[in-house]
Amino acid sequence: MNPKIFASIAVVITGLVLLYGVSDFPTFGDPRSPANSGVEGGAPSTSLYYINESYSATKVPNLVTSVLADYRSYDTMFETVVVFAAGMAIFAILRCVGKDDGAVVAPQRKSSIDGDHNRIIVGMTCRLAVPVVQIFALYVIAHGHYSPGGGFQGGVMLGASFILIALAGNLEDALSRLSERSYMALAALGILIYAGFGVLPQVLGKNFLDYGALQKILLTDGPEMARSHSMLGVEIGVALTVMSIMFAIFANLSSRGTLKGGL
Amino acid sequence: MVEFFLNTVKPHFNFWVYVILMMVGLWSLIAKNNLIKKMMGLAIFQTAIILFYVSLGVKDGATIPVLEHYGDYAEKAEPAGPDASKPASKPAPNPASMPAPAASNPADAFANPVPHVLMLTAIVVGVATLGVALALCEMIFKEFDTLEEDELLRKIKALHDDA
Amino acid sequence: MLEQLPAVILLAPLFGALLISLFGLRERRACFPVAFASLLIALASAIGAGTRAFTGGAYDYFIGGWEEPLGIGIVLRVDSLNGLLLIAIAVVAVLALIFTIRPSSEKDEGKTAYFYILFLLLCVGLFGITITGDAFNLFVLIEVSALTSYGLVAIGSSRRCKMAAFHYLLMGTVGASFYLLGVGYLYLKTGSLNIQDINTILATNAVVSESPGVTTAFILILVGIWIKMAFFPLYGWLPNAYSYCPSGSACLLAPLMTKVSVYVMIRVMLSIFGLEWVFGHPGWSDLVVWLAVIAILAGSIMALAQREIKRMLCYLIVAEIGYMVGGAWLNDPNLWGLTGAFYHILADAMMTLCLFLTAGIFFKYRGISEIADLDGIFKKMPLTSIGFVIGALAMIGVPPTCGFFSKFYLIRGGIEGGQWEYVAALLISSLVNAVLFFRIFEIAYFGKKPAEGHDHEHNHEHEHEHEAPAQTVLPAREAPLSALIPLLAAAALILLVGIFNGQIVELIRVAFEIPSTVVSNLR
Repeated sequence: MNPKIFASIAVVITGLVLLYGVSDFPTFGDPRSPANSGVEGGAPSTSLYYINESYSATKVPNLVTSVLADYRSYDTMFETVVVFAAGMAIFAILRCVGKDDGAVVAPQRKSSIDGDHNRIIVGMTCRLAVPVVQIFALYVIAHGHYSPGGGFQGGVMLGASFILIALAGNLEDALSRLSERSYMALAALGILIYAGFGVLPQVLGKNFLDYGALQKILLTDGPEMARSHSMLGVEIGVALTVMSIMFAIFANLSSRGTLKGGL
Repeated sequence: MVEFFLNTVKPHFNFWVYVILMMVGLWSLIAKNNLIKKMMGLAIFQTAIILFYVSLGVKDGATIPVLEHYGDYAEKAEPAGPDASKPASKPAPNPASMPAPAASNPADAFANPVPHVLMLTAIVVGVATLGVALALCEMIFKEFDTLEEDELLRKIKALHDDA
Repeated sequence: MLEQLPAVILLAPLFGALLISLFGLRERRACFPVAFASLLIALASAIGAGTRAFTGGAYDYFIGGWEEPLGIGIVLRVDSLNGLLLIAIAVVAVLALIFTIRPSSEKDEGKTAYFYILFLLLCVGLFGITITGDAFNLFVLIEVSALTSYGLVAIGSSRRCKMAAFHYLLMGTVGASFYLLGVGYLYLKTGSLNIQDINTILATNAVVSESPGVTTAFILILVGIWIKMAFFPLYGWLPNAYSYCPSGSACLLAPLMTKVSVYVMIRVMLSIFGLEWVFGHPGWSDLVVWLAVIAILAGSIMALAQREIKRMLCYLIVAEIGYMVGGAWLNDPNLWGLTGAFYHILADAMMTLCLFLTAGIFFKYRGISEIADLDGIFKKMPLTSIGFVIGALAMIGVPPTCGFFSKFYLIRGGIEGGQWEYVAALLISSLVNAVLFFRIFEIAYFGKKPAEGHDHEHNHEHEHEHEAPAQTVLPAREAPLSALIPLLAAAALILLVGIFNGQIVELIRVAFEIPSTVVSNLR
């Protein structure tokens, strides 16, 4: 049948089912809703536990980071694996090494960063902007413990700084600064760092991703600071992977797998 | 009509918004012909779900889930020793009973951090899926020179009949 | 060390994938040994973790050491259901990996490293789905396995695989999003993401368990999982995706992806919502069983109409999913239906592996993709034919293969539940499968033309855009060892799973732990 008619019917039915479920939901903003403060019959509310107890256990004021990187770090590790797997899937689909296969490639233009004086404004602005973006990205990663931020956000900004180079100049400019070998290695290294922080406690006898066990290695007195430092470590791992894969996805998509030419 | 709006929609308006947005995305995903438009429908669909989750964690008058004067919270854990993760001042949590409301009043000043954590993951997963979908669209375009679904199905059928 | 095994099952393939991505692009020959070693470690850990659950009962593994209160950390939970499925996934993965030693053509050589990375990450995702005890973690791992499977489908050189992968991507993402939405509704009503905790709340708190929000959550989660398992009428992505993907990927995707989704459905019904809650809604069981009956009949009939081997097998998968969903939803007080459905997951994984391996061998080493081209193949490739015959007999349901016993338990469940339409559909489907496969046996054994020397002429006309090893005269030679070993191992496993069905079913029944109150409620 006509896709538009089928779509309309499907949409109406689905919408009605969803709204039926909404009928006895708590009001918007209710602090006593089950999600915010637990419900009778179950374990004590995890949300209240995180707000009340997580600082004393991890010494990280940003509750979202402490939950993300410590209590639910297994999820975050697999999120990083999702980014990595998406990068690999894109390489597997697009990347054609060697012969150009007749791909339509944009004509090479002279790099504005490394010499073309006709585009000096673009080149100069890019030269000024990229270091600032990168330092801000490093700040976001490191300050994820105290304000909104963390590995993913910082990693995307780092990747964006390389994409900025590619947009302002040539794809070759960006690739000369972060080559294919480098970004493949950094992507794997990021997850290795994360999994390393997870496996070390196993070697020391505790469970996977139990950062408190690392207090001897990280030379802290007490498991809380060990957790705080390990969280920074895993965030750095996440940032490396996200940076490499974001740039790699851009490079492959814009050049349709050949890594020559580009936008 | 007005009562319906005030009693049913207004306390739940975040849920109504997300349902409408999600249905827009779903309709576009099914009905549109161009592959890129389908992808955009998918993106809207996923964004609506993210909006739903984040709206779960809102509390009236609460601020972002980042402790400000965290020195105050450090005082709660008096025995600052190796097992400070279970501070002795609080009674051990009893799974069968209602969560104690007394300790939750200071907690109401902060939004629920859990939906934010879950949605960080979901956003990243959505971006990854869009990346793979774009790569597939590029290869489909390279192979068949069009991104309109009806033309694609026609060309594929022609391929099959040639063999 | 032994307590760490649940984590090691996941970490071994993950580290394998990371090592390949560091070194495999340059040293192409190092990819396979690394992948094989990591999957062997995963298999050994799965056997270890599983036996601990079989002998000692279900146990939890708290990641990060966060135990109290329940739900602040993520829990991995191994019980006898999981244990069996973990071992099955590991075995199928190892066998499919051995099949991929030789690439199909030199165009695919450059992508070897990416193929193995995606292969191993898919295994990580599947292990993770099976072992997790947290509802949101299940979503993340569903997405890991989904993204890697889109890559594995699209990595081929067939002209249609990218379009098939795109449709698979759209439907798969919609399915996972519905699951996520369902978990969100459940989180809003119960405040917890831990599977055990949600179960306790739904069992003890009547206000929550009767709310429309929770009912809608169940429907959303169920529809999402049905899309991922290609349950009729949401199966549209499956035939194209599995027919056009390369043979190596098909041997891993087809046996496992949909079956693990069926396991997720059983886990949701059993451990998140609880069987009392699910079967407490009157009429749901009948509705789903009728849908399953339609799925079984539609799948079988459409399989009859196919000319290509792989497409026919894909429609048979649709029918098998109908068996499993129908079996799990039977209104049967002694839970033989659920037992049969789970046993069928294990059995179907082996049968599908066996049949897709043979289809892969026929395509990769002979260039055959249509049934009509199979004439006389049994005489030329006797060992492959043995594997094919055993797989076919299992699909039909001939003892002592596992297919017979799974149908036996499912029919028993149907009779006990009084849902005769399901029993009838099972029997009709076995008959249709028999017709299907005996037709193939006839073409393959006796050949379409009486003289044996003329049968190579057929193969030239049917070489379409697939990259077939083109030869003018196909010598009468058997498939190489790298393809025969997994095939014969799969055939042997079909027989072993069938012969030992008693012990396996005992283990499955333990996990269902039928209490006496549930029996009286279900009446």
